[in-house]
Amino acid sequence: MLHIVNKSPFENTTLASCLRVACKGGGGALLLIEDGVYAATKNSIAGNVVRSAMGDIQVYALWPDVEARGIQDRVLEGVKMVDYGGFVDLVVEHSNVQSWL
Amino acid sequence: MALEVNGKTYETDEEGYLLNLSEWDEDIAKVLAESEKVEMTENHWEVVNFLREYYNDYQIAPAVRVLTKAIGKKLGAEKGNSKYLYELFPYGPAKQACKIAGLPKPTGCI
Amino acid sequence: MNETTGGIEDGDGSGIVKKFMFVNRKAPYGTIYALEGLEVVLISAAFDQDVSMVFLDDGVYQLAKGQHTKAIDVKNFSPTYRALEGYDIEKLYVERESLEIRGLNAGDLLVPVEVLSSAAMGDLMKTQDVVIGF
Repeated sequence: MLHIVNKSPFENTTLASCLRVACKGGGGALLLIEDGVYAATKNSIAGNVVRSAMGDIQVYALWPDVEARGIQDRVLEGVKMVDYGGFVDLVVEHSNVQSWL
Repeated sequence: MALEVNGKTYETDEEGYLLNLSEWDEDIAKVLAESEKVEMTENHWEVVNFLREYYNDYQIAPAVRVLTKAIGKKLGAEKGNSKYLYELFPYGPAKQACKIAGLPKPTGCI
Repeated sequence: MNETTGGIEDGDGSGIVKKFMFVNRKAPYGTIYALEGLEVVLISAAFDQDVSMVFLDDGVYQLAKGQHTKAIDVKNFSPTYRALEGYDIEKLYVERESLEIRGLNAGDLLVPVEVLSSAAMGDLMKTQDVVIGF
């Protein structure tokens, strides 16, 4: 299952809820887009949470959103970057998708 | 749009559904029924009143499948079927009966 | 209304039945999500699919008993959740943690629900064909 989060983890608990349900459910992938990409930054509280979730879930971030926000040099190791085509591939590869609005 | 009955004005939407269901009374129901070419009998009123009760309980107008089932439960199987309801309201029990009952168009009407 | 679908009383089994899960995560009156989500669920009932509803995070507030909206001049749609059963939508799931951190329990909700752990919720989500969030 692919989970998509587009909210900043610093203003909203969406990422935490997603990880709570997704990780314990086991497996799957998380794609961070829009303001959600801030969760992929190292030395941040949210980044630490994402890092500890990486054992359970593969984390991706949408490169155009990362680059637009100037966080490309601070991205957590292990977060895979995808472009728009990669976004489509992820959706196709997974049996279902949940967009955490 | 608006309907005038006995000097009283009732606002409706462009399809003729009452905008303010608290304004509903039997006079306007009869006018709405006429506009649907439905002649109200006791059986018609029974359905209309059932719908108003349903709306009061659940705050929605039921889809016809749900209405049929609920009527069957309350009024018996001989009334809880499409044939009976379509005979009363040939252009669709949910649509016509809801309009006469002063309810909004049922959710699930596509 | 598609009154022809409405005429089917026993579900003739034609067509493919998919598992649809609607995930509600917003409180009822601050935004339009909850009401729109509920309407979509009611409409989905016309298509004879396997529909379930999940209440997570602030979405659990949608089911809270004792909502009175007169003074804010907004329609109180909480009674409509009690109509879901008549629409054959009987799979309502609530995440235990979402209830607990809000000081709620299943007895505070206006319909019977199945309370699930986060893990069970995640497992259930994975088995769906379509997951739609509101």
